[in-house]
Amino acid sequence: MKLMTCPINGTRPISEFAYWGEIRPAPDADTCSDDQWAEYVFHRNGAPGVKKEWWCHTPSNTWFIAERDTEKDKVLRTYLHGDDK
Amino acid sequence: MPWRLLRFGLSKSHPEPRMFTAHDKLKPSYDVVIIGGGGHGLASAYYLARDHGITNVAVLEKGYIGGGNTGRNTTIIRSNYLTPEGVKFYDKSVQLYQDLSTEFDLNLFYSTRGHFTLAHTDSAMRTMRWRAEVNKHYGIASEVVGPEEVKRQTPQIDLSCGGHAPIQGALYHAPGAVARHDAVAWGYGRGADMRGAEIHQQTAVTGIEVKGGKVVGVHTTKGFISTNKVICAVAGFTPRITDMVGFKTPIFVHPLQAMVSEPMKPWLDTILVSGSLHIYVSQSARGELVMGASLDPYEVQSTRSTLDFPEGLAAHLLDMFPFLSHSKVVRQWAGMADMTPDFAPIMGMTPVEGFYLDSGWGTWGFKATPVCGKTMAWTAVNDKPHELITGFSLDRFRNYSLTGEKGAASVGH
Ligand SMILES: Cc1cc2nc3c(=O)[nH]c(=O)nc-3n(C[C@H](O)[C@H](O)[C@H](O)COP(=O)(O)OP(=O)(O)OC[C@H]3O[C@@H](n4cnc5c(N)ncnc54)[C@H](O)[C@@H]3O)c2cc1C
Repeated sequence: MKLMTCPINGTRPISEFAYWGEIRPAPDADTCSDDQWAEYVFHRNGAPGVKKEWWCHTPSNTWFIAERDTEKDKVLRTYLHGDDK
Repeated sequence: MPWRLLRFGLSKSHPEPRMFTAHDKLKPSYDVVIIGGGGHGLASAYYLARDHGITNVAVLEKGYIGGGNTGRNTTIIRSNYLTPEGVKFYDKSVQLYQDLSTEFDLNLFYSTRGHFTLAHTDSAMRTMRWRAEVNKHYGIASEVVGPEEVKRQTPQIDLSCGGHAPIQGALYHAPGAVARHDAVAWGYGRGADMRGAEIHQQTAVTGIEVKGGKVVGVHTTKGFISTNKVICAVAGFTPRITDMVGFKTPIFVHPLQAMVSEPMKPWLDTILVSGSLHIYVSQSARGELVMGASLDPYEVQSTRSTLDFPEGLAAHLLDMFPFLSHSKVVRQWAGMADMTPDFAPIMGMTPVEGFYLDSGWGTWGFKATPVCGKTMAWTAVNDKPHELITGFSLDRFRNYSLTGEKGAASVGH
């Protein structure tokens, strides 16, 4: 069984979690160009690497960040938004 | 040991040629370089030679041919898609498949089985009706049938699916087929090789040289080669290659897993797909049940398998066929699916001149192997997109004009 560690609820089976993709800064919708917006909406960093991703522990609706190596499928650490020290 | 076999083994010049020519070295330059020796890359080389007479071509494959998603897929071939662009494109592919065994003089085990997409909900029935109408409009055999027709063709099925997902009907597509995936790659490879294209296995592309917005060459593990045209057909590796060229795409990579059961007597004639139960299943010529499910739920760029997968898939299979409870799973594996936001591929021109993409093939590109080869060869030769692929251009995302094909994906992803 694959495991994931929720910063609040501890280590749980990964089936309790939902993956929400890599954290990407959103451009300002009022000032950015159509191209910049399309780039934000559609384009992804699809190559492997250590990525910071949004995950959610669904039973408790806890949103947090996981740093994960997407080639080795290895979670390096998890923390709540704002706790990145 | 029979004397003839011994003589054959000891003879320096084998009376029978190998299936492919082994090339020691790369040439310093080629008219076209194809990255990826999967079905798509090899078919592109084949049609470049056969339709356009272009044979100064190298196919570069970092592993062995057909070892990517081509050799990992569940081989379902069909054309009952949702968008007009998709329907016309996949129909062309199904047509091309009909003649391939004869054309290659190689048995592809192409087997027309009939394909049911089961609907367990009202909304699924609505999508099936929609697809049937689009399909019929383009002359494709596709119709909505009731549960009794599913039962007639597959008497072993439990129509109530364990009582929790009763089958309301299905989209039936008589031309639905399966074929031997390796043979498709080998047939195209041998055909390209015989006509003069070079296939270089164990040769990885490590960089792409772009000058003034144009491709000028390719760095490989066996040295640099110059070329003005590159066709990139690397499925789950696409983002790594587009990073080398320097532009972004919407492609993201999730594993797609599959498994087979122990071989059994033939009992399942048709191909069955259920979106709600996340399953597709057919029986191979060897008697194994070939089974797949939906994508893994998060991004991974490797071909690792998980235990969750056979557990979930087996549970759903038993909903449909309770009598299989004692059969065993003998193999499981994974491929890297290059997914797109609208479930249509990304093909043709790119921001870099001479660099042509054949990508975004996700979980659905095996059926498209012939038509991809044909249209990519044409596109690279004419430096403009073939008319069958204009709906699949990378540009569509910048223009917010997507080709929404998700409703025709085999299982709800
Ligand atoms: C489990 C599974 C089930 C599927 N089921 C179906 C199905 O039922 N029906 C269907 O139509 N489709 C299905 N698909 C999708 C289908 O398999 C693919 O879309 C299709 O095979 C892609 O073919 P390809 O030739 O483009 O890529 P591949 O066969 O993956 O070939 C790409 C090749 O590029 C090589 N490569 C990568 N990087 C480099 C580099 N830097 N240098 C040199 N070579 C490189 C790789 O080694 C690989 O051999 C399935 C996929 C999977 C994973």
